[in-house]
Amino acid sequence: MVAAPFRYRRTTSFEEAVAALCECGDGAKLLAGGQSLVPMLNLRVARPDWVIDINPVGAEPIEKLDGVLRLPALTRHRAIEQSELVRRCCPILAAATAHVGNPRSRARGTIGGSLAHADPSGELPCVAVALGAEVTVRGPDGDRRLPVRDLLVSFLTTSLRPDEVITEVRVPLQPARAGWSFLELTRRSSDWMVVGVAALVELDAAGGVAGASVAIGGVADRPWLVPPEPLADLLGEPPEEALLARVADRVSGMLDPGDDVHASGAYRRRMAAVLGRRALAEAAARANQEPDR
Amino acid sequence: MSDPGRQRIVLEVNGDRREAWVLPSESLLDVLRDALGHHEVRYGCGEGVCGTCTVLLDGEAVSACLLLAVQAEDRSVLTVRGLASGGEPHPLQVSFLRNGAAQCGFCTPGMLLAAVALLQREPRPDRERIRRELIGNLCRCTGYSKILDAVEQYAVQAAGRSGTDG
Repeated sequence: MVAAPFRYRRTTSFEEAVAALCECGDGAKLLAGGQSLVPMLNLRVARPDWVIDINPVGAEPIEKLDGVLRLPALTRHRAIEQSELVRRCCPILAAATAHVGNPRSRARGTIGGSLAHADPSGELPCVAVALGAEVTVRGPDGDRRLPVRDLLVSFLTTSLRPDEVITEVRVPLQPARAGWSFLELTRRSSDWMVVGVAALVELDAAGGVAGASVAIGGVADRPWLVPPEPLADLLGEPPEEALLARVADRVSGMLDPGDDVHASGAYRRRMAAVLGRRALAEAAARANQEPDR
Repeated sequence: MSDPGRQRIVLEVNGDRREAWVLPSESLLDVLRDALGHHEVRYGCGEGVCGTCTVLLDGEAVSACLLLAVQAEDRSVLTVRGLASGGEPHPLQVSFLRNGAAQCGFCTPGMLLAAVALLQREPRPDRERIRRELIGNLCRCTGYSKILDAVEQYAVQAAGRSGTDG
């Protein structure tokens, strides 16, 4: 298949991109890495009147500043995967990024693009939700910030207004003695997740659980951030296998995933329990090894 | 606003300066094949999954089907035809031949270019690293083992030729 005709505009700044969005109206799509949009164009699933290319805007280096890791929206997956700073300050993000697509899609794909695409089976939306990441969004009236969990509304749908563009992603740095795990089940290694779990576990000085954040992908129309209530059973307790299994079972019991060609809903729920237990255990084990950052 | 007509792009393909009049909706793959005669770049899935249209864009392996031709303006593109020099095949191509790493040959250009990109970035990848890097290049004939053999053997030889660190 070849894409239906569209008009193309190249922009060199986010301001210019916003102006172009205002001018071109509803029929415009922003082109970042193009690893999701261009297949949709080629399959004619998407038929925009205008494609506004923001690649020439480029990306500044990833930086660490007062408690957050700042990633410009057009940071390519490969840059995240290879960044020493990300590996040190936010290893779960580097690890999850290595699971995105194939090496060619990681050479082009961007973190801002992945979040704006809002695929419920995407790795980065799931991890961003678990991390409590925020995006900065630019529109005609200036910038606003919102948590990724408020950005992601439903399947391929965000709360971005038609004239807004994501300019950066801000990931809060994790406390000392916090461990992480990202596990996913895929049919083939470059596929989207059938189910994926991102878990962060913080331990107190006595080795009890001080906090946990878990997001599950592939089980709803957007990554599901596990609410505090089922995770509260962990607090103050040592992260023993039986407890983690009980919590993971409770969490998976709250899910109602749908059936599709890749897996039945029941299988997905079962896998969420298995991966949830393993991810909590791995995160707790890593928290035990974690030196002060 | 400009009209949806063709626009002129200039790019470098295998070291030669080329120009083409392209529609914004045309992929680099379309333009390489239809306008510039590079039929060695093959159309497989059109979704960036199969890897048979892999080209190196400024040295980096990308899916030509997922890049708009207009995005290749002023960029340097390498296809498999640009790997050989002076009529001699690239040593990785020789290694593919020696190891029987090509059967029908449809995936071979993409495999070669993906491997070349890896080896430029990491001169000494181990077999598992090669396997992971070629995840996005599908082959329906070989079962992959001989492709891995060929890339691995070439990597070892190339490191031996240049390597004082071995």
